[in-house]
Amino acid sequence: MPETATGHAHQPALAHHFDDLAQQKEAATLGMWVFLVTEVLFFGGLFATYSVYRSWYPEAFAAASHEMVVWAGTLNTVVLITSSLTMALAVHAAQLGERRRLLLFLVLTMALGAAFLGVKAFEYYTEFHEHHVPGIGFQFEAKYFRHAQLFFSLYFVMTGLHALHMIIGLGVMAVMLWWAWRGTITRDYYSPIEVSGLYWHFVDIVWIFLFPLLYLIGRHAGA
Amino acid sequence: MKSGMQTDHVVPTRTYYAIYALLLACTYLTWQVAFFDLGAMNTVAAMTIAVLKAVVVVLFFMHVKYSTRLTWVVVIGGVFWLGILLVLLFSDYLTRGWRTYG
Amino acid sequence: MATPTLPARHYLNDGYGVTSWLLTRDHKRIALLYLAAITVFFFVGGAMAVVIRLELATPAGDLVSDETYNKLFTMHGVMMVFFFLIPAIPSVLGNFLVPIMIGAKDLAFPKLNLLSWYIYIVGGLFTLYALVTGGVDTGWTFYTPFSTVSSTTNVISTALGIFITGFSGILTGLNFIVTIHRMRAPGMTWFRMPLFLWSTYATSLINVLGTPVIAITLLLVAAERVFHFGFFDPAVGGDPVLFQHLFWFYSHPAVYIMVLPAMGVISELVAAFCRKQVFGYTFVAFASLGIAVLGFLVWGHHMFVAGQSVYAALIFSILSFLVAIPSAVKVFNWTATMYKGAISWQTPMLYAIGFIGLFTIGGLTGLFLAAVGLDVHVTDTYFIVAHFHYIMVGGTIMGYLGGLHYWWPKISGRMYNEWLAKIAAAIIFIGFNLTFFPQFIVGYLGMPRRYHAYPPEFQVLNVLSSAGASILGVGYLIPMVYLMWSLRYGKVAGPNPFGASGLEWTTTSPPPTGNFAHTPIVTEAAYTYPVAAEGYVA
Repeated sequence: MPETATGHAHQPALAHHFDDLAQQKEAATLGMWVFLVTEVLFFGGLFATYSVYRSWYPEAFAAASHEMVVWAGTLNTVVLITSSLTMALAVHAAQLGERRRLLLFLVLTMALGAAFLGVKAFEYYTEFHEHHVPGIGFQFEAKYFRHAQLFFSLYFVMTGLHALHMIIGLGVMAVMLWWAWRGTITRDYYSPIEVSGLYWHFVDIVWIFLFPLLYLIGRHAGA
Repeated sequence: MKSGMQTDHVVPTRTYYAIYALLLACTYLTWQVAFFDLGAMNTVAAMTIAVLKAVVVVLFFMHVKYSTRLTWVVVIGGVFWLGILLVLLFSDYLTRGWRTYG
Repeated sequence: MATPTLPARHYLNDGYGVTSWLLTRDHKRIALLYLAAITVFFFVGGAMAVVIRLELATPAGDLVSDETYNKLFTMHGVMMVFFFLIPAIPSVLGNFLVPIMIGAKDLAFPKLNLLSWYIYIVGGLFTLYALVTGGVDTGWTFYTPFSTVSSTTNVISTALGIFITGFSGILTGLNFIVTIHRMRAPGMTWFRMPLFLWSTYATSLINVLGTPVIAITLLLVAAERVFHFGFFDPAVGGDPVLFQHLFWFYSHPAVYIMVLPAMGVISELVAAFCRKQVFGYTFVAFASLGIAVLGFLVWGHHMFVAGQSVYAALIFSILSFLVAIPSAVKVFNWTATMYKGAISWQTPMLYAIGFIGLFTIGGLTGLFLAAVGLDVHVTDTYFIVAHFHYIMVGGTIMGYLGGLHYWWPKISGRMYNEWLAKIAAAIIFIGFNLTFFPQFIVGYLGMPRRYHAYPPEFQVLNVLSSAGASILGVGYLIPMVYLMWSLRYGKVAGPNPFGASGLEWTTTSPPPTGNFAHTPIVTEAAYTYPVAAEGYVA
């Protein structure tokens, strides 16, 4: 239960309907966690669909996964994990009021996020040229044609939705960068950084699951 | 429930670097294991490692280890609910072939 | 007691002009924005129903073509479910009352609250656009592969409209959850909260956990229509039943989103008009949570004939029987509250007992449907239609109207005409039962749903139903008239015209923008009577 302050010093960051910054921060953090739960269920529907069709068409899925650009997927995994590190370090800097380090780590996080999207764009371009985009001249060995198309449909929808979340994440980070630059973020008011970080880490976690499920099925078969 | 903020706790940076190293190691492990034919265990191994990675990101990068009980409930609840979807969904898919209709 | 007067400054006169409303962050004004919008959608959906019942007055399909009829029942369902029933009580009464009932100045995220309304409007406009440019004919259930492959109607825009509106519900639910956890006034422990808050909290949990799944599902439907992915198309290796699983994973809990808030309202009404603590308060509170949780475990009962495994069907059947238990607990507890209570039969109480009776019938028929053998016989007949209308109309709408009447003095500062209100309630009750009870019979006898023509032996019951619908329609119009009239000419209500217990009755009617002059400190349990009426004594 939140404590009420009998009189609160007016801080510019404190919204009028909260009693103090502590209550505001708890509300923001809980709000972001509840939102992340909705994202778990949102992506979860896709993972459920994937699970069903992978259980139905294991060979086709393995054959299709074999065509994925593994080095790109692995690189992107490392890139995102590193960006989670830099994000955590950004929050750390904010907690200690270290503005310059905060700016540095926010920029690094954004750079890594942009790098992820760049690699992804390269992959999509490659897949387009290899005729692996369903609905646009899709080609695959006849034996697995229909079900490989299902795999690639899932691949594009899942990674596309993930990439969209990355782009939104970059937008959020840009706003955080601006606030950090302006001095809005202080050691007493850094919850925006923390809450944005939660979102960023979540997007990383989605990729942590996408990577093995999409890139690493049946790798052992004549790799 | 305690209203203490998780932010009172500043996680030392060496913890972050240690977790980062662990995540990289797990990624390497996932990649390597994929090249061995373990049959059904391939998927089990890949998913186990992915879950481990996700858990450490949640606990340390997302500070859940130092968070309130409510945060724990929310996180576990969300994952549990996805579990409900998957379990009941597969109660259908796994049992469809059990009976043929004459 | 002196004639009550309106407070000098309150949330309605605190700022004039269109922008003060369209850019408001006051949860009370946002509640009224929602009230206006959902009323519009209610009448659009109602208009569909009028044409449907006109067509069904005769056995031949003579008023509209079968294709048009398909569009009518689809749009009726889409409008009523997504744009009226799901948002009505949470976004109107919930938005207005949640902060006041917990003693806070506003919700946790006021700007997000306003955004929720705008998202709702955008989604609604998408769907209205789809309606006027040709409609959708897939049924509100969008079953595949018809919706993804064969239908030639506006599936994508409707699916997107619902997708967008879903986020409104998610954000509102998120707002309520955080508010209830983090912004309760000093002394307002969980078990001193009014039961309306418990129901709203449980509803918000469902909103947050379920809506994302239908969001992704509808997105996949739209994507499949555009890119021909084949997730739900058997010709490409997809499974249409998978769509149904994903759709109903949300849409079954959605019916609890529709009914739980109404149950919360009933708890408030019964306590206030029996002037008694709700019997078994703790059981009712936990029953709300129980309904929310169990409601997620039963979705397969919509798919007994769809092709899912019979073993899954059995599991879902057993779980469906279980979910009736917390609902029954609530009905017993309301009844027990009335026993030896000092009952006053004012309009809100009439709606409350109407709810209790009609919800019980709807709920019991739900048990029939949980039994696989019986469901196979009546599925896709009017028995199903009657069942869910008893819950949604006999239940939710009665709860909504009861709550609207109970809190109208608080929202507007005025009393409505009690006699007109009682007459309207009676007309609604009679009209409702005349409309939907014959449908149980005609459905059991075998009349299928979603058909614009039917065998002549069903005509008498259909005529009764259509006659009832016209009475029901009149009944719904009457409150519009006297409630609007009361805004200008109604007697001034004063803070507590019903002598009810609850923080909302300790502040002025209408409340000030900040809800309370001073942060309340709560020292007693909810529903502590006696409470003296203040102001106009109703």
